Amino acid sequence: MMLDIRSLSLSIAVDGGPKEILHDVTLAVGRGEAVGLVGESGSGKSMTLRSVLRTEPRNATVTGAITLDGVDVLSLKGEPLRQLRAHQIAMIAQNPHAVLNPVLPISRYLVEGMHDAQGLSVAAARLRAGELLEQVGIDGVDRVLASYPHQLSGGMLQRVVIAGAIAGKPSLILADEPTTALDVTTQAEVMAILDDCRRELGMALLFVTHDLDLAAAVCDRINVMKDGVVVETGVPDQLRDHPAHPYTQQLMDSRPASIMWSPSDGSGE
Amino acid sequence: MSDTNTGPVSETAMITVNGLSKTFRTGVGRATVAALDDVSLVVEAGSCLAVVGESGSGKTTLARIIVGLESADSGTVAVSGRVVAHRASRRELRRRASEIQMVFQDPQSSLNRRLPVQTAVDEVLRVHTSLGRDARRLRCSELFALVGLSDEHLRALPEELSGGQRQRVAIARALAADPSVIILDESVAALDVTVQGQILALLDELRTAKGLTYLFITHDLSVVQLIADQVVVMRRGKIVERGATADVLGRPRHPYTQLLLACAPRPGWKPQRGVIRALREEITS
Amino acid sequence: MKRFAARMGPIGIVAVVIVAIVVFGAVLAPLIAPYDPTIGSVTQRYLGPSLEHLLGTDQAGRDIFSRLLWGARSSLVGPLIVVSITAVVGTALALTSVWWGGFVDSAISRVLDLLFAFPNLLLAVLAISVFGASLTTAAIALSIAYIPYTARVIRSTALRERNLPYIRSPQLQGISGLVITARHLLPNVAPLIVTGATINFGFAMIELAALSFLGLGVQPPDADWGLMVSSGQQSLISGYPAESILAGLCIVITVASLGYIGERLGGRSAAGRKA
Repeated sequence: MMLDIRSLSLSIAVDGGPKEILHDVTLAVGRGEAVGLVGESGSGKSMTLRSVLRTEPRNATVTGAITLDGVDVLSLKGEPLRQLRAHQIAMIAQNPHAVLNPVLPISRYLVEGMHDAQGLSVAAARLRAGELLEQVGIDGVDRVLASYPHQLSGGMLQRVVIAGAIAGKPSLILADEPTTALDVTTQAEVMAILDDCRRELGMALLFVTHDLDLAAAVCDRINVMKDGVVVETGVPDQLRDHPAHPYTQQLMDSRPASIMWSPSDGSGE
Repeated sequence: MSDTNTGPVSETAMITVNGLSKTFRTGVGRATVAALDDVSLVVEAGSCLAVVGESGSGKTTLARIIVGLESADSGTVAVSGRVVAHRASRRELRRRASEIQMVFQDPQSSLNRRLPVQTAVDEVLRVHTSLGRDARRLRCSELFALVGLSDEHLRALPEELSGGQRQRVAIARALAADPSVIILDESVAALDVTVQGQILALLDELRTAKGLTYLFITHDLSVVQLIADQVVVMRRGKIVERGATADVLGRPRHPYTQLLLACAPRPGWKPQRGVIRALREEITS
Repeated sequence: MKRFAARMGPIGIVAVVIVAIVVFGAVLAPLIAPYDPTIGSVTQRYLGPSLEHLLGTDQAGRDIFSRLLWGARSSLVGPLIVVSITAVVGTALALTSVWWGGFVDSAISRVLDLLFAFPNLLLAVLAISVFGASLTTAAIALSIAYIPYTARVIRSTALRERNLPYIRSPQLQGISGLVITARHLLPNVAPLIVTGATINFGFAMIELAALSFLGLGVQPPDADWGLMVSSGQQSLISGYPAESILAGLCIVITVASLGYIGERLGGRSAAGRKA
């Protein structure tokens, strides 16, 4: 397994004493595999992701082990951690506006990333930026490169962030509710692009979401989390048809039995 | 493809919207945006109509105009057969509020964080009823019980309650005025999925028990499926399709409706770029 | 109480104790001051610290300790007046501005801009030259100078709150703007007002002391810390720095404590919410 999380427990110090956020979380992501972390608010799914990236809160006590390609992530500090973040992991967060500097054009965001992290010359980086934008399905690449974040839609910005994420050819992409803030049609497009790109490039994906069906659409395996614990792991079909844990069943029951049309039904007329 | 059917003209209509239009000017001297473009619809008494759309569809503006938070540029809104004024005075708002109430999207910001949640309901009772203090407290208690909360929740501050509980308070507040219509503006969108189901079930129960009429603004088709009898689909200020839920969701005619359905996550669903692109092209042609 | 202690931190608690001592000293001055602060004996000039005169005497033979105690009163009352007027008027302007919006908001903002343009002390000196030097005049003049700062801060928070559903909802019921502002908006900016008042208190204290120092505030022979710093200058030159230094120290320590408390109060999130 490429990413191995074993017995990860995390608690943070609050006024009344330590509060446990993660309890004994164990999961793994194989090379090129897409794994989902599905849960509601307070399930600990985002904190698990943050632990891999080592952006957990400062007053957090972490026990357990996280290894990425054999490297012990939890013990990394300074330069080796920076290298890990620059080359092996990429993160796509929920709000693209928080990641993109509003006073810099998109080209700077992409070029800077490649120039700093991979040592490409500015000219080479700019060329590659154009290629990446095409890969994520953006037409009018030059216009977008020259634009500022506030001039582009949320969906467009997330595509840019995806382009930036795959630029470094990381072995693992961490995605934290990347489409929650988007319209449903945009969400479908962005997820399709993310799925296509990572498959093509053989990148693994750890996908955090509250939407079980969305995770099922792009993930090979799903971990269901509740209150800081992984309650069930399985392939999407199995979770849907034979959920082992009552909470998984509860998640399934919250969705209606679908009467909805789908494109394979043919035209609605 | 445009929608020419304005729906049946009906004696039992609770809300009738006719030719509603509104444009916004975005910023100084920039382009005008047509938030609503000649929108007409009818909501039958006792039914639940869902208004579905993405951002920029105009669904929120429609809700705000009906409830009185905004005024339309042209067109009319009638509630229980009576046309409501464009620029609502305080008295007019109060009168409208006794018939139409609203439940907002964000449970956190729809309650005053400094006051016990009971005051939100009590305030509405004070405006719309002539009950004394003790009678009001009793009524608050009854309303809380109706929405599945207990007396000990009366004194709680919003931060002490969960999202679902806060939304129940918001529903109790809406019921306090004894309205005939409740407008729900994405009222379950901010809740966890398991809680959504509970709240929708509660809303459905209440509708049957009290003979309420709902106008439910949402972007989520599964919500539509769970609670709405009728649905209208909006895009860029216009209604593109309308009908019974089963018809619109099961046999959609307009390519935009088909696009929404093609993009709705559900068991067995996968996002397909080709399909999406084809439908988008069909819409703009 | 425990939460308050945690909020303040160890230094904050020291600050609170200091302020408490000052307030007690001021309130109890008539009871615990050993001597009348305005009367001194020429034969008792420039005495050093002793059991009879804890901190010695000044150039008029007055007991410095008693003068510090009594001086605390005017040093506290003045800022209290300033802070009260500023809070009430500043908040009223801000909330009116936010509720009505549009023209009213613009008009009020322009008036505030005008007030911003005046340096505080200059405004005070101007007022004093017209109305005569006294603590009250100085305090009122300073309040006017402080109002725009408070109003601005309250306005920006209130503006955010005003568009939230918990304000919209009672508006839809047809409840009057005044009631909504008082019942809903005001409590949600109250923490901000308290924090601002605490910090302003410290600023007012320094500025009023400066005015007294310049002879434009409290008049001799009344005791006032600022006045003591000023009148102690001569003594300083003569080699008796006690009066100026001690009074100055009182001002600095009190103001610093209040400032620290104000910052800790406003610490997490001024609206009292968890961050």
